[in-house]
Amino acid sequence: MSLVRAEGLRKDYQVGEMAVPAIGGVDFTIASGSFVCFVGPSGSGKTTLLNMIGCLDRPSEGRLSVMDTEVHHLDRRRAAAFRGEHIGFVFQDFNLIPVLSAYENVEFPLIMVQKWSAVARKERVRSLLSAVGIEEQADKRPDQLSGGQKQRVAVARALVTNPKLVLADEPTANLDHATAYRIINLMRRLRDEFGTSFVFSTHDPKIMGEAEVTFELEDGRLHHQGKGVAA
Amino acid sequence: MIDILKIAARNLLRYKRRTLLTALLITVGLVAVLLFIAVAGSFKSMMVAQFTDSMVGHLQVHRRGYVGAMESLPVDRNMRPRMLIKLYETLDAADAIEAWSPRVKLMAMFSNFANTTSIRLNGVDPERELATVPLVASRILEGGQLAPLVEPGKIQVPELIAKGMKVKVGDTVVLVATNKKGSVNGMTFLVQGILESISGPGGRDGYIHINDARKLLRIDDEEVEAEVLAHQGYVAPAPEATEPDVLKRQDSLKAADPLKAADPLKPEAQKDALKPATRPSLADPADEELDLDAMLAGIVPGAPERAGNLPETQALFSDRGWGNPAEVSEIAIRLKHPEAQTAVLAALEAQVAGLKNRRGLSIFQLHPWERFVPFSKIAKMIDMMTLFIRIILISVVLISIMNVLMMAVYERIREIGTMSAIGTQPGAILALFLSEGFLLGLVGTLVGIVFSVAAVWVLNSATLTFSFGRQENLVLVPTIAAGDVMTTALLTILVAVFASLQPAWKASRMDPITALRHV
Repeated sequence: MSLVRAEGLRKDYQVGEMAVPAIGGVDFTIASGSFVCFVGPSGSGKTTLLNMIGCLDRPSEGRLSVMDTEVHHLDRRRAAAFRGEHIGFVFQDFNLIPVLSAYENVEFPLIMVQKWSAVARKERVRSLLSAVGIEEQADKRPDQLSGGQKQRVAVARALVTNPKLVLADEPTANLDHATAYRIINLMRRLRDEFGTSFVFSTHDPKIMGEAEVTFELEDGRLHHQGKGVAA
Repeated sequence: MIDILKIAARNLLRYKRRTLLTALLITVGLVAVLLFIAVAGSFKSMMVAQFTDSMVGHLQVHRRGYVGAMESLPVDRNMRPRMLIKLYETLDAADAIEAWSPRVKLMAMFSNFANTTSIRLNGVDPERELATVPLVASRILEGGQLAPLVEPGKIQVPELIAKGMKVKVGDTVVLVATNKKGSVNGMTFLVQGILESISGPGGRDGYIHINDARKLLRIDDEEVEAEVLAHQGYVAPAPEATEPDVLKRQDSLKAADPLKAADPLKPEAQKDALKPATRPSLADPADEELDLDAMLAGIVPGAPERAGNLPETQALFSDRGWGNPAEVSEIAIRLKHPEAQTAVLAALEAQVAGLKNRRGLSIFQLHPWERFVPFSKIAKMIDMMTLFIRIILISVVLISIMNVLMMAVYERIREIGTMSAIGTQPGAILALFLSEGFLLGLVGTLVGIVFSVAAVWVLNSATLTFSFGRQENLVLVPTIAAGDVMTTALLTILVAVFASLQPAWKASRMDPITALRHV
């Protein structure tokens, strides 16, 4: 069963009177429960592609279906609702809220997005913090955590709403190699544990090797696809 | 919502100094407003009470046309007993009225046998006057403040005249007045006391007993029509008029009207009848009397009977505690709840509106105290200043909170992008920033209220005094009404939320990709 299906997906950015192509008509499919990586140099279109899959951006042309929903039709409000319901995000800079503790950061989407009750929130957050191995640091603020711990909190926050898909844009870019591997392995383990699909981007060839399916992007076009589902 | 408020509080605490300064600004603004309201309001209400409770009363009733000529205290525009019955009944029946006092006002010459000067006088019923303007007793500088305010044959002399004429308590003085028929009368009075002058047209008036005022003006008791007395149960109702009676009355009416009485065959008689002296003009108060006669006649068919009812009329007035059935210049009214003044005025006007003059206007005119006291303009100025101070507070709150939240939005663009990316609806982001503005306003307001109450307490402990006009050592008692506190607090919080609206809206509309890219 395909989780994401893109057909002739194209994204142009308007620079003055010129349309600069960021993604130049790509087709691909991502299966449910897969562990997928988009690789490519800076400016190859990885982030643009992930933004479109994550309903943060709309394609200029083509069709994009996520969990059988034609997301390129969604307006701003429905796109936000769709993200809150089905998609988790992990960012390169962690993007944790500095005034909230690790626990509260993980709890944040359950308050602001899904409106869980306090009791249900507590149970869910504790289990996620335990799953990412950070329960000891639950009360610490982001500035009291290491880079790896921050990213673990970010992964827990992405998973707390029980999404079908987690998008991680360069999740290891700000981490050392050892920590980066640990984060990737954590993500894969969580995929196995929760059945959530992980799609991440990287320009690190070593990290790329950890993915089950790899899409190689260059100048907005898919050049190579390894170990994965055919486009 | 509580969770959003908690997060908002955390966000405010991330910039403690900025939050503290902004809240402090709101607090200082609020304290300034509440203190101004307390001090200025106290000054205003004290001064208003000085006028209403020692001189004017809350409302006054006059015969139409009297107020326009009030400077000269016209004695030909007094209210007559026939008019007063309906008015007195209305005043007695009104629950909102605490007391009322009839006055006979006049201009007189005041002589100490060596010098003469003019004086404005109030002829009052001492008990009613004290009940209506209780602070008048506190204006008595010499001669004691014990009731009665003024005894028959005595006078309370205004301070300015007493000083100028070198008159002391116990001296004998002469008052000379001209009545409405133009005849002059003089009477001797014993000085009972010296009365402190206060600002305003009545602030330099002397007081004599109402009956003395009537004697001085030669105002006699008047009878009212038998129909009115019958209506009140003081004479037996007149029997049904027979045809000869009606014809007789018509003849007598014709005889009373010079135009109809004139023999048409005698041109000289017609000419005499048309002389202005025999035709009442519209400006003549007697003109209104004729209309009243006609209207009163409507109570019981037939022309009014006007002779031989004086004892019954006196009995009616005496039984009701209204004093003598004689003319009155004005009636001062004290209300139980002065704040309801406008409503009571309207209700009283409606109740006495039935008595009209020939032009169809009510015979009585009711006015609030503001009409007679120049201080009312200062009171309005104080209200205006309070409004301006509130506007300044609004501006302070508006600008400071808007500034703080605009900075917060700018500094948290990536955070807003993250919130938006993980699926937070624009409405929730809006609510978060509005909550921050609300909390800032709330904290500043609550602290401001505490400080204001404390400051008012300190001011009261310090016993502030001030002078106003000729009055010195007036003690200021600042108080803050709960309503003022609530209004100002609500206003501040509302403005705080309003000020947050623009930054909050901006945050909620932010494009997540642009926000996430922001460095």
